[in-house]
Amino acid sequence: MRHYGLPLSEPMAFGLSSALTFAFLPFIKISGQPLASYRMPPRAIIRGLQKPLRFSMRTETFRRPEAGMARLDELLDAGHVAGLQVSVFWLPFIPPDFRFHFNAHNLLAYGRDAASGEYLLSDPVLEEPVRCASADLARARFARGLLAPKGLLYYPANAPQEPAWEQAIPAAIKKTAWIMLRTPLPFIGVKGINRVARAFERLPAAADPQATKLYIGHLIRMQEEIGTGGGGFRFMYAAFLEEAASRINRPDLTELAAELVDIGDLWREFALAAARMIRDRDPLDPGRLATLLRTQAAREKAFFIALDKAARIS
Amino acid sequence: MDATDVPQEGSATYGGQLKAVYARTHDGRLGLVQSRGWEVEETVTLQAVRAFEELTAAAIERVRAGQSSPLEVHMYRARMDISLLAQASGLWRWRVRRHLRPTVFARLSKALRARYAEVLGIEPEQLDVIN
Repeated sequence: MRHYGLPLSEPMAFGLSSALTFAFLPFIKISGQPLASYRMPPRAIIRGLQKPLRFSMRTETFRRPEAGMARLDELLDAGHVAGLQVSVFWLPFIPPDFRFHFNAHNLLAYGRDAASGEYLLSDPVLEEPVRCASADLARARFARGLLAPKGLLYYPANAPQEPAWEQAIPAAIKKTAWIMLRTPLPFIGVKGINRVARAFERLPAAADPQATKLYIGHLIRMQEEIGTGGGGFRFMYAAFLEEAASRINRPDLTELAAELVDIGDLWREFALAAARMIRDRDPLDPGRLATLLRTQAAREKAFFIALDKAARIS
Repeated sequence: MDATDVPQEGSATYGGQLKAVYARTHDGRLGLVQSRGWEVEETVTLQAVRAFEELTAAAIERVRAGQSSPLEVHMYRARMDISLLAQASGLWRWRVRRHLRPTVFARLSKALRARYAEVLGIEPEQLDVIN
């Protein structure tokens, strides 16, 4: 964003695009385990930003890797910064223990070293910009399998504009509350959290403790590891509320941000309780985790109702 | 979470990298704080890594006993399962499963071997090597 002349903080972008959510998709399997997400997919985040910032994002996919790499070179030569969807597994700069076949990872390409042909990338999970050889990047961009990126790249077609904060912020908050509370699907939002609780209660803890632990561990991994982690996204949204509070002068949003920080802390406690069970420091009891989840669901429900109300007064 | 509570447990899985998280900083506002890793995250990451290592070890045993083909070992080593390997190679699942039988694997055509090698990120000759 900054590259195109509009300074926008990460939490602001996250909040404006209504990216916070909870989704439990037991029918999509990642190595035999269900997919759970605490935020919207990156493509939706980008799309969500188009309206408040009044610009349009071009997305392109490719059938042939050569065509995809050629187009990326073309864009970089023209001075663009391009977002890329990649598979984590084929990126040599990611620590080996994190390299699983997870195809929905996103990073930015901002240049190419003319001498070595390496691409200059900025990866959201790493602090420093990294370099990546062309062959590795091609492989990561054209990995096949679930959520295959098909070389997806995206770049803004025109420069983003300063949003009308007074309208954009309440609208984005209302949308997030709607997603969390009223999506008419049983596995999205607060209902999704309750559904995970039910899935936990049905785990064969006594008959097959190993499978139970893998299942729980997988969900915690989705919570803590993907991106800044699920609990992390609650903190990021809280940072957005705080920034929004000073931007449109609504101190009540600061209080709601504090409540959301507490909720984020509880997500971390939930992860800790689960990890202790996985390591056999506490007896394995998915029922207890389910109870914690139901408490979380109730708390998030109350929070988003309050947030929805706050967004409606203006 | 306060900035002072941000875990700095030096997770082995980070490989020396840092990760940025949002936390309440000393001025009472939320901001980015660097984390060196959290034990909980390390637990679940290693659990997933180990699950694949165990599958690999079990597959090696089966290959030695003549019950399975080396393809299974390479599949788990690449952190894949049958459905992912099938999607990645563009083959049907029943064909991949059939190629896990030692006799069928031994008769695999050059083209198919090249395809598997490409998808698994190894050389075709390495397909027979399991160590």
